Amino acid sequence: MNEELRALYQEVIIDHGRHPRNFKKLEGYSCCQEAYNPLCGDRLTLYLKLDKDKILDASFEGGGCAISMASTSLMIERIKNTRISEAQQLFDSFHHLVTAPDSGADVSAPLGKLKVLGGVRDFPTRIKCATLAWHALKAGLENVDHDKSVSTE
Amino acid sequence: MPVIPSFPLHDLPSHSNPEQNTIDWAALRRDFPVLLQLAHNKPLAYLDNAATTQKPNAVIETIARYYRVDNANVHRGTYQLSERATQAYEAIRDKVRRFLNASRREEIIFVRGTTEAINLVAQSYARPKIKAGDEILISAMEHHSNIVPWQMACKQTGAQLRVIPINDSADIILERYEQLLGEKTRLLAVTQMSNALGTINPVKRMIAMAHEREIPVLLDGAQAAPHLCVDVQDLDCDFYAFSSHKIYGPTGVGVLYGKENYLDAMEPYQGGGDMISRVSFEHTEYNNLPYKFEAGTPNIAGVVGLGAALDYLETIGLSNIVRREQYLLDYATQKLLSVEGLRIIGTARHKASIISFVLDCAHPHDISTILDCQGVAIRAGHHCAMPVMERFDVPATARSSLAFYNNEADIDQLVLGLEQVKKLFN
Repeated sequence: MNEELRALYQEVIIDHGRHPRNFKKLEGYSCCQEAYNPLCGDRLTLYLKLDKDKILDASFEGGGCAISMASTSLMIERIKNTRISEAQQLFDSFHHLVTAPDSGADVSAPLGKLKVLGGVRDFPTRIKCATLAWHALKAGLENVDHDKSVSTE
Repeated sequence: MPVIPSFPLHDLPSHSNPEQNTIDWAALRRDFPVLLQLAHNKPLAYLDNAATTQKPNAVIETIARYYRVDNANVHRGTYQLSERATQAYEAIRDKVRRFLNASRREEIIFVRGTTEAINLVAQSYARPKIKAGDEILISAMEHHSNIVPWQMACKQTGAQLRVIPINDSADIILERYEQLLGEKTRLLAVTQMSNALGTINPVKRMIAMAHEREIPVLLDGAQAAPHLCVDVQDLDCDFYAFSSHKIYGPTGVGVLYGKENYLDAMEPYQGGGDMISRVSFEHTEYNNLPYKFEAGTPNIAGVVGLGAALDYLETIGLSNIVRREQYLLDYATQKLLSVEGLRIIGTARHKASIISFVLDCAHPHDISTILDCQGVAIRAGHHCAMPVMERFDVPATARSSLAFYNNEADIDQLVLGLEQVKKLFN
């Protein structure tokens, strides 16, 4: 198997893709955001429980490829108990991680385990799979009215 | 190009070994320069022919030659170069007429592709003719391009779109079709061959049933034209649409065939140059068929390239291609069914060249990425047929679609790639 592929499908991604964490509907959520990638049919609903400026809890439901499932599962682990402003910064860092060329400089330190998704940058057709949950997060945090679905298109 | 004898399809067993006939398929494959490259350091196994086909040198060189030698606008110039361009362009109309066995050259309209052909019929035939309460009938296996134009016409007129259901093997349920053909039905628009499932529909029978009730029929031939022998007079369809790029020609060109009496009665689709015979600010007289439907400078080089593609196919013989692809389809189906955990979506008795499948351990998008790294190009997604995905309750499928230039090695490479997918995900 070639190196790029091995970098893309790391053990952590396969594991979270197969056994996503926090995969349930959240009781008492304060915001629920749908997201859809029409290209491949990935579809998810992100639940957030917010308290003023903090994300207390998060979960998701839905279905998709290993990359989108793992990205969502890892994102939720990371954003639980973080400030909303920090989660918004994480969106930018993650976007940079999967779209910008690997500069060698470790600008993605705050992303922690999410760094395993860096291999996506070599697969332009898969960037939308990795960022779907993040678009849902961003829309969920920004929208007062959370009924609208976001799309990667 | 070698002279290749053409065998009538019925003279030969349907699953014969293609090695037994005289066609050198390996040599024909070498006519397609794209296929000679490596992908991720592996031989490229191009198995996305339902999306678009590769182009033989004959097509590429004909287009280049047209621009180098013959380029001028058509139907306008009174100089030799323009006459030559016009002759080249119009000669292809005759060629397409023969290819479809249409009765008259005026029935062949050059458009941008199948999509534009269907939109043309939806707007110029259906829209002025249908009223609130009327019905347009399509099937549950249509490509979005044979759904959305009718939805638009329905929205504009208040008519209703009705859908013929399909069964679990992906065959049209003919009893339901018969029930749906009613007093209010004004048009049937159906695919001759499904792009997502490979099903070949019994369109001749369906057309006869529609005609008994004086309902006209449009066939979407985007997938059928490259893989079946099409005879519009024998089928008796009223409209037929296909795309050049799916039949080894260039992108941006397609054909609408329409029976002359229908086309004659229709208003133009677009206004502009070439489609008129006389224009004043008060009144415009439209040109005759087929020019009435070809406003503006057409894709001349594209049409000329399509002509080269049809010549190329004629040399091989479409019935030989049908038989070759049936052999490859059978080979691929057998091989894929040997992959544990693989399920084929679309198991109609009459199929051609397309195998949609899902794996129990991996999503089609992951399958496609991993196969790509093994040099295998397939399509993953909804194949512009979201209702089909819903019907079979899958978010997406992986789709391998064959052309005559594919070979056993391409299919073996696909199966080997799938073993890699399973190794990674199991």
